[in-house]
Amino acid sequence: MSTDPTRTDIHALSGAYAVDALDDAERAAFERHLAGCPSCQAEVDDLREAATTVAEVTAVEPPSDLRARVLADIHTVRPLPPVVGRDGEDRSRRRRRWAAPLAVAAVLAVLAGAGGVVWHPRTSSPPDTVVAQVQRAPDVQRFSAQGRGGATVTVYRSASLHKAVLITRGLAAAPAGKVYQLWLQDGTGTMHPAGFLPAGTSSATLSGASATAAGAGVTLEPAGGSTAPTSEPVALVSFTA
Amino acid sequence: MNDLRAIPGGAPDEGVPPGPDLAALLQRSARGDESAFATVYDAVAAKAYGLALRVVRDPAQAEEVVQESFLEVWRLAARFDPERGSAAAWILTIVHRRAVDRVRAAESATRRDTAYHDRNQPVSHDETAEAATASLEAHRVRAALATLTPVQREAVELSYLRGYTHTEIARMLDLPIGTAKTRIRDGLIRLRDTMGVGR
Repeated sequence: MSTDPTRTDIHALSGAYAVDALDDAERAAFERHLAGCPSCQAEVDDLREAATTVAEVTAVEPPSDLRARVLADIHTVRPLPPVVGRDGEDRSRRRRRWAAPLAVAAVLAVLAGAGGVVWHPRTSSPPDTVVAQVQRAPDVQRFSAQGRGGATVTVYRSASLHKAVLITRGLAAAPAGKVYQLWLQDGTGTMHPAGFLPAGTSSATLSGASATAAGAGVTLEPAGGSTAPTSEPVALVSFTA
Repeated sequence: MNDLRAIPGGAPDEGVPPGPDLAALLQRSARGDESAFATVYDAVAAKAYGLALRVVRDPAQAEEVVQESFLEVWRLAARFDPERGSAAAWILTIVHRRAVDRVRAAESATRRDTAYHDRNQPVSHDETAEAATASLEAHRVRAALATLTPVQREAVELSYLRGYTHTEIARMLDLPIGTAKTRIRDGLIRLRDTMGVGR
């Protein structure tokens, strides 16, 4: 992949950038260029406008309950205030993309090697208000990842509340004798037990040092839990934003 | 600030009801007006869902992409800048980015090569031609897409509707690296000029 496009070359990436067809390295390089190139900014805006017209011919009515879910979501979240100043900040926010998700191989190595961590049993599901509180927090951060079997795992974290909650969607029930255990990964890559996803629920508080954690994971463990992950993760969520 | 923006294609056609002023509705949304936001949702949801569905394929995941995207739209509504484009384009850009991020995250390094083989079949038809959307605007867009060369249209579809990177497209089509990105850009420029969008 062209990680270091030359300056003469880089303008030509505007179209691929406008349709999200750059890999991460190219995207980062192009965004650095874009910050100082008004003609590329204008071209990207135009080409995005052009590309999004294509959505006119691929339109499909969404299921009707999606509207209710969207409106329920926004009811609990305050819109951010406008950014003062030139739109550079606006630009970076709305185009913000995750840094590369945790490398699977690295994480598996960590999972295999983790051990000797302190075990803090925690089985209670948080009341809905905790989830809502964190989601509503002005400094909430949201991280999401695809898990196995089409499950989605989303973590909401608020530094001011010192809390993080994990919400799953589409996660199959744990097999008999197994539980879904939650983990927080620290900066060195070690996984620390962070509670359980109680059977029949889809959300839980992540107990532990969520503020400094680099990511969260969900694994299937024998009933009662483990002190370190003993199986491949069902889902991993990187806290890199 | 330009207070005046040209209306693409001249005055609106007689008899076509004007759509809601999404830019104004987004401004009201930014101040917490949930009913304004509901109108924005109603105006853009089918385009957003259809786009997400094309890219991620799975209806449940497409719903999630749309749901997450609209929450982001709500949070960032104050940062929408009408100088830089239409509200619909801004929203659909957020949707597309999320959809692409999702397919790429799902196709982790190990799975990606297999997925590649599974999906690396010749592109035998125009994806943009198969939808039967009947709106006048859809008709205009299809007409504009028809002005692209076949290779431009293919490159735009593989990138925009399937979420491949230009490098992947070059590999899929056995093109020299760099050719796909040029086709994407040339195709979008032609689409822009034919549709009369942008500045």
